[in-house]
Amino acid sequence: MEFDEQDLEGDVLAIAPKGRLNLVAAPALRSLIRDRVAAGRRRIALDLAEVQFLDSSGLGAIIGALKTAREAGGDVRLARAPEPVLLVLRLTKVDRILPVYPDAATAFRGE
Amino acid sequence: MRRFLLRLAILLALVLGANYIVWRWLASVNWDAWWIAVPLVIAETYSFLDTLFFGLTMWRMKQRGEPGPPLDATVDVFVATYNEPIPLVMATATAAREIRHPHRTWVLDDGNRPELREAAEAAGIGYLTRSANWADRPRHAKAGNVNNALFATEGEFLLILDADQVPDPEILTRTLGYFRDDKVALVQTPQYFGNVDAADVLGSQAPLFYGPIQQGKDGWNAAFFCGSNAVLRREALMQLGIAGYVDAVERSVRSTLRTAGTVVAKARRRARNLPERRALAAVAEGVRDAEAALRADAPLADVTWRFQQGVAKASRLLVAADVQEMQAALASLGASGQVVVEDDAPLDDDQLDLLASSDLSPIGAIESVRSLARSLDVIRSEEAEPLSPLATISVTEDMATAMQLHSHGWKSAYHHEILATGLAPEDLGTMIQQRLRWAQGTLQVLLRDNPLTKRGLSAGQRFMYFSTMWSYLSGFVALVYLAAPVIYLCFGVLPVEAWSFEFFVRFLPYFAANQLMFLLASRGIKSWRGQQYALTLFPVWIRACWSAAANVFFGRPLAFVVTPKERTGVARTPWRLVWPQLTAIVVLSVALVVGLARFAFGDADGTGVLVNVVWVAYDLAVLSIVFRAARYRGPEPKEE
Repeated sequence: MEFDEQDLEGDVLAIAPKGRLNLVAAPALRSLIRDRVAAGRRRIALDLAEVQFLDSSGLGAIIGALKTAREAGGDVRLARAPEPVLLVLRLTKVDRILPVYPDAATAFRGE
Repeated sequence: MRRFLLRLAILLALVLGANYIVWRWLASVNWDAWWIAVPLVIAETYSFLDTLFFGLTMWRMKQRGEPGPPLDATVDVFVATYNEPIPLVMATATAAREIRHPHRTWVLDDGNRPELREAAEAAGIGYLTRSANWADRPRHAKAGNVNNALFATEGEFLLILDADQVPDPEILTRTLGYFRDDKVALVQTPQYFGNVDAADVLGSQAPLFYGPIQQGKDGWNAAFFCGSNAVLRREALMQLGIAGYVDAVERSVRSTLRTAGTVVAKARRRARNLPERRALAAVAEGVRDAEAALRADAPLADVTWRFQQGVAKASRLLVAADVQEMQAALASLGASGQVVVEDDAPLDDDQLDLLASSDLSPIGAIESVRSLARSLDVIRSEEAEPLSPLATISVTEDMATAMQLHSHGWKSAYHHEILATGLAPEDLGTMIQQRLRWAQGTLQVLLRDNPLTKRGLSAGQRFMYFSTMWSYLSGFVALVYLAAPVIYLCFGVLPVEAWSFEFFVRFLPYFAANQLMFLLASRGIKSWRGQQYALTLFPVWIRACWSAAANVFFGRPLAFVVTPKERTGVARTPWRLVWPQLTAIVVLSVALVVGLARFAFGDADGTGVLVNVVWVAYDLAVLSIVFRAARYRGPEPKEE
């Protein structure tokens, strides 16, 4: 799986996974975010617009990334989730914990 | 036909059993000797319910035939180890590498041994240890080890093997077919031990469990996960992990917020100065905001983030104010001649002591608020990983995990074919420790996640889990069964009205039907050793009950067996491990002699003595296994 990275205003790093965020991609996402947080990028917006499929392992990786970032004093915010991804978030009740922002640029607005 | 006969025998045993038990309660309890009569009738009722559960288990026994062709799927094979000898681990790992279906093999080394890493890598086998996250956090034994590996691997399915369980090359080809059903999350195969001879002195093989009982549970879609030799669906485990995460976060945020209000209120009452009051007022406002946000169903990541930012800001203000206060305080102390502070000089110990005692020390209350903020989060900071796919509520993570899977609507299958060969304990101490742990773990699950009330399980599944837990309560019952005949033979105290025709006409048919049911269910499997240990290990079951209760209710660590140390190569016979059983044997033997003597002197009733002598003789035959078990040192070397 490919990850597009983009620097946004306010020291926010936008990471956009492309394709299937599933059990194969999960370890890669985890280690990518671990590396970025270790390098001091603590505000990460996950742009999910190009994610075609999300399984529990992918979702697990997102939650793992959230822990990594928050333990370093930062945060992971989700943005632009397409309908199938929103459905997974609803079914797993993860939507009660993680909100989805309309876009990566506004995910950290006002912080 | 066979199934019909078995069901007939089950019905017969239950009807005759009910007939006997009802009569026992209503018409035969000797209330004059209630102190033994009532425990005995309760014990018999326990045994009747045991028969009921066994009958229920066997009612839908499912013998699955040939498995379907294997699914074309990616698989990770995990060989879990903690401290087993490296050659043993590597024997299993290399056999795992040779499994026929395409897969990746990993050694999960909780002992973090460089030599094992080297050996595994030299053999082309993956090697995993705990990630840095686990430092200073609960490790959750094998469940933690496997969970850690789950996050580092990516196969659709995983085969879990204990370090001693050498797999057959066909283990995956024979089991992956079951997963063609999308709802199947687990396929368990038997655990079989290669270092056990026909006598099986320590009762290690469990042919009844890895046979009729698992097949019976399977019939109710409740085949158990037994920790090793099982294939699991990653997606199912991850779903459990996520559901558990969402649950845990919701619970912790709600309960932390409840206490946060009280903690802050208390701190505010104790506030001693303006900056403190201001900071705590800000925190209190944060709590109110968070509560309101929670009521409005705001996402918890948001609620907790804002709360923490607020608390962090409040404590920064406070620390700044504290420093000012401290300087002022020091100045005033210096002025009064007790402490002389040089400009920019660090405070020495005496000065710090004075500061602390002069009631101007930085407050502790805000620290407790800060720790609240740490737990008012969505990352489960007390845990190494936010997700726990394998359950960690019990030392038998396998049973707890299977119950979670079933309660989430997943199916399991028991595949009755030996596809791995392991090593059983070769001495009594190790065996007792293993059984103690199983019992403790099972009872932890009962106390923490009772299957009778757990949401999402079917009635059949509830009974299948509960019946296994129920069987571990048998230690207390065994005490009664051992004591009752002794009390009769020695003191002539009757727990029943009489050993009369009325008794035999009800008891004997029940007993016979029970044996018939067992015979038909076990299909000729030798189960005498299992029966012996079910009674003989009564002290272990009792110990498991209190130590699991102490652990769950009072957080005490689980008890374990202290194995006698070997003396310079010569192993001592560990009689100390079985002193309750030896005591029981002595008491039973004495009772036998006393009873016969009393009969010879015409002091006792013939039928009563006969019944109780047979009873005691049975107990002695069962318990006699401890003599062989204590002296056991492993199987005889096989003849070539």
